[in-house]
Amino acid sequence: MAARTPLLKAEGIGIQFGGLKALSGVDMELYHGELIGLIGPNGAGKTTLFNLLTGVYVPTEGRIILDGETLNGLPPYKITRKGISRTFQNIRLFGELSVLDNVKVAYHTHARHSMMSSILRLPSHIRGEREMEEKAIEFLKIFNLDEVMHEQAKNLPYGQQRRLEIARALAAQPKLLLLDEPAAGMNPQETKELMNLIAFIREQFALTILLIEHDMSLVMGICERIYVLDHGQLIAHGTPEDVRNNPKVIEAYLGEEVS
Amino acid sequence: MATWKRTRGFWVSIILAFAFFAVVQWLITSGTLNIFYVNTLFFMAINVILAASLHLIIGITGQFSIGHAGFFAVGAYASAIMTMKLQLPFAVGVLVAGVAAMLAGLIIGVPSLRLKGDYLAIATLGFGEIVRIVLLNIDYVGGASGMTVTHMTTWPWVFACLLITIIVIANFTNSTHGRACISIREDEIAADAMGINTTYYKVAAFAIGSFFAGIAGALYAHHFYIIQPSNFGFLKSFDILIFVVLGGLGSLSGATISAVLLTIVSTFLQNYPETRMIIYSLVLIFVMLYRPTGLMGKKELTSLLKWRKTAQGGMNHGSKNTVA
Repeated sequence: MAARTPLLKAEGIGIQFGGLKALSGVDMELYHGELIGLIGPNGAGKTTLFNLLTGVYVPTEGRIILDGETLNGLPPYKITRKGISRTFQNIRLFGELSVLDNVKVAYHTHARHSMMSSILRLPSHIRGEREMEEKAIEFLKIFNLDEVMHEQAKNLPYGQQRRLEIARALAAQPKLLLLDEPAAGMNPQETKELMNLIAFIREQFALTILLIEHDMSLVMGICERIYVLDHGQLIAHGTPEDVRNNPKVIEAYLGEEVS
Repeated sequence: MATWKRTRGFWVSIILAFAFFAVVQWLITSGTLNIFYVNTLFFMAINVILAASLHLIIGITGQFSIGHAGFFAVGAYASAIMTMKLQLPFAVGVLVAGVAAMLAGLIIGVPSLRLKGDYLAIATLGFGEIVRIVLLNIDYVGGASGMTVTHMTTWPWVFACLLITIIVIANFTNSTHGRACISIREDEIAADAMGINTTYYKVAAFAIGSFFAGIAGALYAHHFYIIQPSNFGFLKSFDILIFVVLGGLGSLSGATISAVLLTIVSTFLQNYPETRMIIYSLVLIFVMLYRPTGLMGKKELTSLLKWRKTAQGGMNHGSKNTVA
């Protein structure tokens, strides 16, 4: 299934904050349609890597290539438009906006009606807004969020907020979806539903997904390949089996968890 | 049909607005409304324009700007120069006022909107003071003694400017562009991650807001016969800020209502000059104590009406109702 040219290629990327090397020499190749896990102990640099890939930080070394295009130095909103979308470790919804409007914001980059046409309420504005609303409602139905679409996002229960954040990231129509600890704070039942959801969206939207997760059963259960970070460096990568038996990983991560 | 439904509320309010315009116009021409009330009415309208324009910057986009009097001053002086020095018609003055204030907004906005929160507030406060002091030192516009301006502001002008301001800002807010601005207010990092060019929208909101502040300046200059730099100090900026905060950050109707109410309160209190500021401050303190989110919170008048309508007759026509 995987085409041989990687969708995303990271060549030795790293970042230095003052004297602190948060991340260095990370090589990564993600192929079309893969579901890949990124694990590592706290402070290993997982979220920093996400921030590099999405342009929140500019890497001080290495290159990031998406579909043959170098992304280094592009601002986050341009990287999103190129096809990388993400969720956040601590949920970042637009709390005062309704569930529907949260999704509509993600459609903004595809809106064709100009600011002028909106101010003058030209037909193109009315048409554009209506199309956007219809699309957003259809989209929410997939995620079973259409019943709460007029609620303010901040009033949703935690599990639904997580789901909405994933929905919103998907509405930006990415090629690559980055999920930062999607199961954080969820109970086993919710985690199970989430796993099903991730598997489902991957099929439905033909996505490539990179996932940070602490929940080992989730990572081992659904990821095809796993990258392991520790102290800002990749210490292992391979299938869940390989990673589980890798002595370095056991020492750095799994060993700590068990003891 | 669907389009009509969407725009029905819009057209109804336009018709109501024009009815209001006609009634007031008739009252003025028939002399029922004496000059004192007309003055108050104009001042009210100017304050509403200022409040609405600042609402777009603070309430919608969440950029805490406290130099709004600076744009107001730029508009006032730009229009006065057009009509008084260059003898151009008032219409040109109004338009130039808006454009000049907008340019000032762009010049100040592009560098300073990289700042956040307190830092942006200080930068814009500084801008307001710079405008005042620059005007104070230019002899061409009369320095400290100011400029005398012929009275040209009439009710149709005031009404037209007010209506256009409200419509533009409401339409902007209710579009995908307005939602982009709100998403910046809610969470700038997430907005960025959703592909929204945050700098562009911050600057756009700033430019539109300052444009209308400039228009208000033109109306003000041609109504009060004289403009002086001291009319545009930072206290004026705070007055405008108070309209927005008291009305409820994020509510256009709130900003409008509080601008109207506070203008009435302060006009009424002119009869008690000794205690005026004390009572005014007490009013503010009481409102903030009992309505900490402002008069309207984040709600709009229209959403209240809509809610009542669906609550009363949500099942009519079997159409999809939007009860939350």
